[in-house]
Amino acid sequence: MASTAQVIKLLEDMSAIIQENKDFLTQLDMPIGDSDHGINMARGFQAVTEKLPALADKDIPTVLKTVGMTLVSTVGGASGPLYGTAFMKAAVAAAGKSEVNIDDFIAMLSAAIEGVKLRGKATTGEQTMLDAMVPALEAMEGAKGAPAGDVLAAGLAAAQEGVEKTKDMIATKGRASYLGERSLGHQDPGATSFTLLLSVIAKAYA
Amino acid sequence: MVGIVIVSHSQKVAEGARELALQMAPAVAIAAAGGLPDGGIGTDFQRICDGVEAVRSDDGVAILFDMGSALMTAEMVLDAYDGDIPVKLADGPVVEGAIVAAVSAGAGMDLDTILASVRQAAQVPKLQ
Repeated sequence: MASTAQVIKLLEDMSAIIQENKDFLTQLDMPIGDSDHGINMARGFQAVTEKLPALADKDIPTVLKTVGMTLVSTVGGASGPLYGTAFMKAAVAAAGKSEVNIDDFIAMLSAAIEGVKLRGKATTGEQTMLDAMVPALEAMEGAKGAPAGDVLAAGLAAAQEGVEKTKDMIATKGRASYLGERSLGHQDPGATSFTLLLSVIAKAYA
Repeated sequence: MVGIVIVSHSQKVAEGARELALQMAPAVAIAAAGGLPDGGIGTDFQRICDGVEAVRSDDGVAILFDMGSALMTAEMVLDAYDGDIPVKLADGPVVEGAIVAAVSAGAGMDLDTILASVRQAAQVPKLQ
């Protein structure tokens, strides 16, 4: 179970892992995108970090909605509307909850994925963040009933495999779609950043 | 008269398209919502909101956009918009679309007619 305080701690750690991987994410974006994924995500999560202290006495949906709005307002690239939508949809799925358990988290991730699909007009197999998110969700649904740490570990392993598989895909969404087959062989930056965020949650419950 | 917001990853592109459109239709309210507040490349939610407010009219506002996050950020602005005027996305090329939209707005056309004109601008070949 996670309370508001624990969710805020997870968000602080998410911000930290994004700052640590800022250059790595930007390097991934260089050959296939506009070389800004790490910079944009770092800017967005820095802004999130600054908002967190004021959210300590709020419920989890309010925290997540604020994170989403902050990312939309500050990221500047496609990951702003996409991660922003993901957090806002997760907030709706967590409506009325002062604590969330692993089954709630699975429902929140599912809602986030539906939001990302609609916002990006995308599906799996198009070399996007969905290629890590959807396998993670499926693995976690498959592991339902196991201890939270095991469910999250299964989700993280599936997300990591999903990232590897994006190397065999041709991008049809986003800036990489202008490259056509030249996007082959590159791992998707958005799938990678999602996997980093999920790794923070998996580590906390390992 | 319908107002126009031009959303681009680049402030220079948005300003340039605005400049070209104003030359044809100087009386139309056109906002350039390009780039990030720090001058970088990207699209900014608040800049688009401010653009809509700056050109708002009872006849509505048309938003032109370039690629990728420009569309997604503009869609989020529409989702969040709770005003009482119609605000709609115009699907077409930014530069030619801005000129078509401005001329149409200046001629007093309604929002939906302007959106149709912008869509048509995307289908006109430049080489005959």
